[in-house]
Amino acid sequence: MTFIPKPKLHHPDLQKNALGYTRRDYEGPVSTLCAGCGHDSISAAIVRACFELDIAPHRVAKLSGIGCSSKTPTYFLGASHGFNSVHGRMPSVATGANLANKELIYLGVSGDGDSASIGLGQFAHAMRRGVNMVYIVENNGVYGLTKGQFSATSDKGAKSKRGLINSDEPIDLVGMALQLGATFVARSFSGDKAQLVPLIEAALKHQGAAFIDCISPCVAFNNHEGSTKSFDYVREHNAALNTLDFISGRSEITVDYAPGTLETVTQHDGSVLQLRKLHTSYDVNDRVAAMTYMQQRAAEGEIVTGLLYVDPNPRDHHAHLNTVDRPLNELTEDVLVPGARALERINAGLR
Amino acid sequence: MLQVVDRIEGLQRVNEFVVKFANVNGSGSASANALFAKSVLRMGISATPRNIFPSNIQGLPTWYEVRISDAGYLGARGGGPDLMVAMNPQTWDSDVKGIEPGGYLFYDNTKPMPSSKFRDDITVVGVPLTRMTNEAYSNPRQRQLFKNIVGLGALAALLDMDVPCVEELLGEQFKGRDKLIEANVQALHMGLDWVKANLGDPVGLKLRKANSVGDRIFIDGNSAAALGAVYGGATVCAWYPITPSSSVAEAFTSYCNRMRVDKATGKKNFAIVQAEDELSSIGMVIGAAWNGARSFTATSGPGVSLMSEFVGLAYFAEIPAVIMDVQRSGPSTGMPTRTQQTDLTICAYASHGDTKHVMLIPEDPFECFEFGALAFDLADRLQTPIFVMLDLEIGMNDRLTRPFVWDDSRKLDRGKVMTAEQLEAGAKFGRYLDVDDDGITYRTYPGTHPTKGAFFTRGTSKDSMARYSEEGHDYQENMERLLKKHRTAATLVPKAIETKAKQPTAYGAIYFGSTSPAIPEAEEQLAQRGVSLDLLRLRAFPFGPEVEAFIDAHKTVFVIEQNRDGQMRSLLINELEIDPKKLAKVVHYDGTPITARFISGAIAKHLNIQ
Repeated sequence: MTFIPKPKLHHPDLQKNALGYTRRDYEGPVSTLCAGCGHDSISAAIVRACFELDIAPHRVAKLSGIGCSSKTPTYFLGASHGFNSVHGRMPSVATGANLANKELIYLGVSGDGDSASIGLGQFAHAMRRGVNMVYIVENNGVYGLTKGQFSATSDKGAKSKRGLINSDEPIDLVGMALQLGATFVARSFSGDKAQLVPLIEAALKHQGAAFIDCISPCVAFNNHEGSTKSFDYVREHNAALNTLDFISGRSEITVDYAPGTLETVTQHDGSVLQLRKLHTSYDVNDRVAAMTYMQQRAAEGEIVTGLLYVDPNPRDHHAHLNTVDRPLNELTEDVLVPGARALERINAGLR
Repeated sequence: MLQVVDRIEGLQRVNEFVVKFANVNGSGSASANALFAKSVLRMGISATPRNIFPSNIQGLPTWYEVRISDAGYLGARGGGPDLMVAMNPQTWDSDVKGIEPGGYLFYDNTKPMPSSKFRDDITVVGVPLTRMTNEAYSNPRQRQLFKNIVGLGALAALLDMDVPCVEELLGEQFKGRDKLIEANVQALHMGLDWVKANLGDPVGLKLRKANSVGDRIFIDGNSAAALGAVYGGATVCAWYPITPSSSVAEAFTSYCNRMRVDKATGKKNFAIVQAEDELSSIGMVIGAAWNGARSFTATSGPGVSLMSEFVGLAYFAEIPAVIMDVQRSGPSTGMPTRTQQTDLTICAYASHGDTKHVMLIPEDPFECFEFGALAFDLADRLQTPIFVMLDLEIGMNDRLTRPFVWDDSRKLDRGKVMTAEQLEAGAKFGRYLDVDDDGITYRTYPGTHPTKGAFFTRGTSKDSMARYSEEGHDYQENMERLLKKHRTAATLVPKAIETKAKQPTAYGAIYFGSTSPAIPEAEEQLAQRGVSLDLLRLRAFPFGPEVEAFIDAHKTVFVIEQNRDGQMRSLLINELEIDPKKLAKVVHYDGTPITARFISGAIAKHLNIQ
């Protein structure tokens, strides 16, 4: 892999957002992943979401572990600080980073090996702590960089490219995220940009632990007949629960929908999520129902996608810890160091 | 009921003896024991207590040994106690066996022991503690707790302890709860009066008010290190419970809750997270430090093993981190409640690939505080992990130590951090560009500037502009620069301290950390045998030039340490390319603190001196 910057020549008419940035300002160097990799579509969706939300690129910190998915933060948001940490440990690094400065947006990108195998513990604990971040798992069911071994999200009975049949039960990260208290849980598909972009936007606005399991087929090692993470298989079995039209206050949706099919969720920061429900009985604010529903549909062989659960008033890790409003990394001697007189008192108490 | 006191010629000592309490874990003895030690200190006499405890919460034997030494020896004396307070039937036989010849045995003789359970060469003092407390109290918990105080009263009478000092301490301990003070004072006098009325003066060990304590304070190293972290400006602490380090994070929590809460809002100027494991705690520390907050973790050997991968990342990607390692005994679980200096090699070279880390090695709580604060300046300045190497002996025992000092003009050294203003003014920024030729490069915090100064932090190799690179020369230049930075570190860490012998000598001794209090006593013992030693106390790794000069200046240098393999000796040999024959190994590693007797004995043996 080499470092290939993109040419800086932009079309003069390129659309600008409210901050004066073009879409290109949210891109990174050229991706070195395989042509057609689902992960590149997710990177593109992240670029579009940040552009559309008028997020200043430098206010995002992007973090990842190790693996194909974890390489992607290089390929988007080139003006953001990034951190490619160690395998399976992105959640702890993101947790610490978030503790240091609550004002940045934290975007963690991981894979199914990184989060469901080696990093399952860290994934779980970041969710249960409510770290305010967007946690995307680019889920392809295989280890790509080491050439096609099954991962822990591979379905039982799925066939590898070399013809092996997976005999282990899969780990369902969405089910775990729901159970562990994530306050925003979604599943999407890298091949469905119309669904994915608004989901990422809503997650970026969410002030708590937002998890997106994004099925992202591996064109090199898991896109064959017998795979349950191939483009064809996912398209065939995708059961979209809802379509999310994210409204950040500037573009109202004016299309009329049948009564009972439209649901509006106002998030804590005032951002509004408008959901077009495809299953009218589904309540997106009911965690327990979501868990049951997901189990039922999975048993039927469906891959349910969409926004599965959202808590409109989440509490994040900082709220639990009751930290000051000012970022901890901005605090200086005056509040941090108690000083000589206080130390004298401590000494006196130790005699 | 009065036990006959055996009359033998017992030891006669004033302010120089060892008292050992044999207790049952969880019986409430700890606070009475501590009260005994503090009372001695309050009388102005130097005393050093040590907890000897199993990895257990309730029911197993524990001991509390207090060395009283007006001469000021703070190291463990070695040998058995002069007075054994035997309150645990489980360990009776070995406790009795351990008493020094001519020593004393104090026990609860509510049920008298047969004389076959004693020894001919000790004095036995029986006091019916259980009977007295059972008669005075009806509540079983009260009986248990007050029995300890009644026992303290009896000891106070036997040793001529200054009773107002004990009463004063009880008043401080239960300040604002007058009823408790009164009840405790009453229990104290119950024991005191009984001894005076019934026993005469059977014990030849006496306490006399003295002036050997001075303005020193009495605190454990873990608390001192935690206080150092507060003064060092730490805002993020991520930790996972492990003996003997847990009380570092707990003390940090309590100091922060006292001194770091915003008065107006009640919100906290700190974040403390009990992580799910050590992998996560060091990950959080690294994430927070990457993002510009001073952060640390506290752990012990097994935790360092788990953290090693991350430590390599922090070394290679150059992220500050402070790791307080309170060392314990052995590989694997080993002896988790016993002391050793056994993580030196793993911390110096933690992680795969070529790595070298900075270690600060405090000798006592004073330096735990000093180095606890300094570690954060060094971590920021050097942008690398800093290990603060405590051990159980320093960390978990209260120790007399110099009072803490702080200079209010001291500023936190945040190291080379490029600001938005500097970037805006056109300063050239390359994350791994060695502009000052000291191996230390500039970094930026995430979110600093809209278009300048962003970079990608990675564990993969990169060029000086932080771009991914697998070019051999990029990798090699980077590794050479890291070595240069390590040499810079050697100029910034606390220097080793040399103490010259009274006369010129060909022999030197190198020691560090919790071995320190045993050294002056060992030196005197050796001087009596005609051996003079120049001494060098290491305080950090990498070694400064003074360490090499010291070794060069001597024919033989004893390296005194508390592990099996002579880990510090190996570091000296490896880093300074010293002829191994020159460095004689003096190692003590049975899990108890090293003693002067052991050191002088080992050195004398090496020199063939009787």
